[in-house]
Amino acid sequence: MSEQFEPVIVGFLCNWCSYRAADLAGTARIHYAPNMRPIRVMCSGRVDPQFVLKALRDGADGVLIAGCHPGECHYVSGNIKALRRFILLKAMLRQLGIEEDRVQLLWASASEGIFLAERVDKMTEQIRALGPLNWNESVLSGNGHHVAVPVPEEV
Amino acid sequence: MSEEKIGVYICHCGTNIAKVVDVEDVAEWAGNQPNVEVSREYKFMCSSLGQDLIEEDIKEKGLTRIVVSSCSPHMHEKTFRTACERGGLNPFMFEMANIREHDSWTTDDETAATQKAKALTNAAIERVVHHEALEQLPVEINPNTLVVGGGIAGITAALELADGGRHVYLVEREPSIGGHMAQLDKTFPTLDCSACILTPKMVDAGQHPNITLLTWSEVEKVDGFIGNFTVSIRKKARYVNEEHCTGCGICIEKCPFNVVDDIFEAGMGDRKVIYRPFPQAVPKYPVIDKENCVYFQKGKCKACEKFCPTEPNSIEFDQQDEILTVDVGNIILATGFQLFDSTKIPQYGYGRLPNVFTGIEFERMVNASGPTDGKIVLRDKKTAPKSVAIIHCVGSRDENYHKYCSKICCMYSLKFAHLVHERIPDAEVYNCYIDMRTPGKGYEEFYNRLLEEGTHFIRGKVAEVTNAARKPEEKGKLIVQVEDTLIGRQRRVPVDMVILSPAMEAQPDSKEISQLFKMGCDFDGFFTERHPKLDPVATMTDGILIAGACQGPKDVPDSVAQGAAAAARVAGLINLGTVMMEPVRASINQEDCSGCRICNNMCPYNAIVFHADRKVSEVITALCQGCGTCVAACPSGIISGAHFTNDQLFSQIEGILWDVRPEKELVSA
Repeated sequence: MSEQFEPVIVGFLCNWCSYRAADLAGTARIHYAPNMRPIRVMCSGRVDPQFVLKALRDGADGVLIAGCHPGECHYVSGNIKALRRFILLKAMLRQLGIEEDRVQLLWASASEGIFLAERVDKMTEQIRALGPLNWNESVLSGNGHHVAVPVPEEV
Repeated sequence: MSEEKIGVYICHCGTNIAKVVDVEDVAEWAGNQPNVEVSREYKFMCSSLGQDLIEEDIKEKGLTRIVVSSCSPHMHEKTFRTACERGGLNPFMFEMANIREHDSWTTDDETAATQKAKALTNAAIERVVHHEALEQLPVEINPNTLVVGGGIAGITAALELADGGRHVYLVEREPSIGGHMAQLDKTFPTLDCSACILTPKMVDAGQHPNITLLTWSEVEKVDGFIGNFTVSIRKKARYVNEEHCTGCGICIEKCPFNVVDDIFEAGMGDRKVIYRPFPQAVPKYPVIDKENCVYFQKGKCKACEKFCPTEPNSIEFDQQDEILTVDVGNIILATGFQLFDSTKIPQYGYGRLPNVFTGIEFERMVNASGPTDGKIVLRDKKTAPKSVAIIHCVGSRDENYHKYCSKICCMYSLKFAHLVHERIPDAEVYNCYIDMRTPGKGYEEFYNRLLEEGTHFIRGKVAEVTNAARKPEEKGKLIVQVEDTLIGRQRRVPVDMVILSPAMEAQPDSKEISQLFKMGCDFDGFFTERHPKLDPVATMTDGILIAGACQGPKDVPDSVAQGAAAAARVAGLINLGTVMMEPVRASINQEDCSGCRICNNMCPYNAIVFHADRKVSEVITALCQGCGTCVAACPSGIISGAHFTNDQLFSQIEGILWDVRPEKELVSA
């Protein structure tokens, strides 16, 4: 494959902060990797871990979950619930042999268009370095047992 | 599902989308997707002709679902929902794909942008099939309004609403309302006395039966949504009882301690430790500056208490901060601006060379009630300058500080020049400007007037202000080094006084304010309006409006216009009485609920109750805000989040991955 691998990332962006950060990045004409495909949810707390698994199984190479900063959630604490689920989900993804960087959670407020764009760029590069996920081959068939993923110190 | 007939519309948005995304290709491709009955591309979908297309297709082709790929739903979702409704379709049978803000504006790569546009459009196509007809929920509007910031914009907004018979809470963090305008001597271009036109409005606001004035107060917490906000306000301790104080001012007279007034007098003058920022302050009650009060610091003095003539005594050293809670339907933010800190440009010498002044220092100096009683003098407080240089664009139009033009500096710099001519007729005045920007009623005429008054205009950005003399005539002077671009020569202009015209910038805490009220601010810290041209006073958050310089640099008439505009918007909503809310709410299928109660503690609004008798949970719709946290948490998957159901989101995920999705049978294997 001579062409550069272009990962596909599904982004779950909360309606109030992160989706608007992405809107702002666009309005300000900030150029960043076109690899993230956003899906709007009202709150990052709506992101069912099944959505992440579904996206990975259906061909995404990575998933980004973005919400309001802690303490600034439009719905008081939905983002904290998202964080809790994320930590549990990461433990499960590790067991499946899915690399740490493929599923990321970040906080971006409505004014942080540049920050969101930078993070999408960074994440795209990280996943490009990892290569395609290939759920059917690497996850389903191997069942994760043969893939050694180092346990991170901090989430 | 196959019964559905979807109409897909791809917008060019002029060239905003079409320049990068191959809209014809996307439209043609979308036409071949399952259930898609008609697929079109059009120059401007939001135009009335674009909307008519949707309306006619629904009627003629019997469309049951609509997808529009264009801008952000925050921009035009409502527009297209209304078009669907006019066509006879439930407005929620619509889905929008954001191929402008999230796609065409973020890349030049045409292939990638077109591919992404297809993915986003397809996600909408697959999602919209699962949409259900929903009815919007009416919410009552609390007729009270909160106005934050008591400058001219906030005062105007508050008075407009109060005069219309609505109650307003006007919150100001300083001890008096008035804002920056209260510091000024004259206003351009009419040279009206600022205090003469402002103070009557301040008094009106202070005495208005419909205005609750909360000065020396700050908003701490905002809960709720349009129509029903609950706001906590910290009323800082004044140490003066507002019920008993008559505002006689004897305590101020008797207070034995002076401190430099950095805020109102911009460091040019003193004030007492118990003080009002200025004589016409509204309200008239003084405040004790606890940090500098000898009683608070050392436990001795109490002069103010001793001399207070009221019965009972108005001084209350043990007063505490109070937290007030108010319920309002709408909030107008008019939190204003601050001036650029001129010490950040060291080559202009402010803070190092004594006779370099900032614009606000000069404003206080020329003010008849200011620290020099209106005399223009050097830092020694007695010598009148014989020559004055005024430097425009200090911190504005400068890559290193603010790229934007602060809009008001040319005009106030011209005003300064005029005031110097007026007070010191034989003084030479030099205005060093990059470009002269005087758009506005009577503004260009004012510039012409100054040309006739004999001001020297030098077109060029000042490189340096120095006291290092090279020639005998420069001895003891400030030398302004500037390239005069009209004659193409470097000039050294020796003057006695330099006035810097600093940029207007966002309040230092504007980001925190925007987060507190859950709305956006831009990279410069100015609050983001809903639309830069067509909706400059609304924000993306319903019920939160903005007015004045917190939205961007603005002069007095523009701030007043925005204050009144924001008030008119609020008055209209209050008149309506109700606002329609998104029916995005959770509901629990009572039949299938196992009563595990996991959702009960998830809800941040306590909107889920548990019926112990039937062992099922239920969502109270009136309290639910639709975040969907409980939906994601339900282990049986029987909580449904309207318009964000699992079916809808799963389909959207499948749709967005149309080009990378493995074959169906492989997945099920």
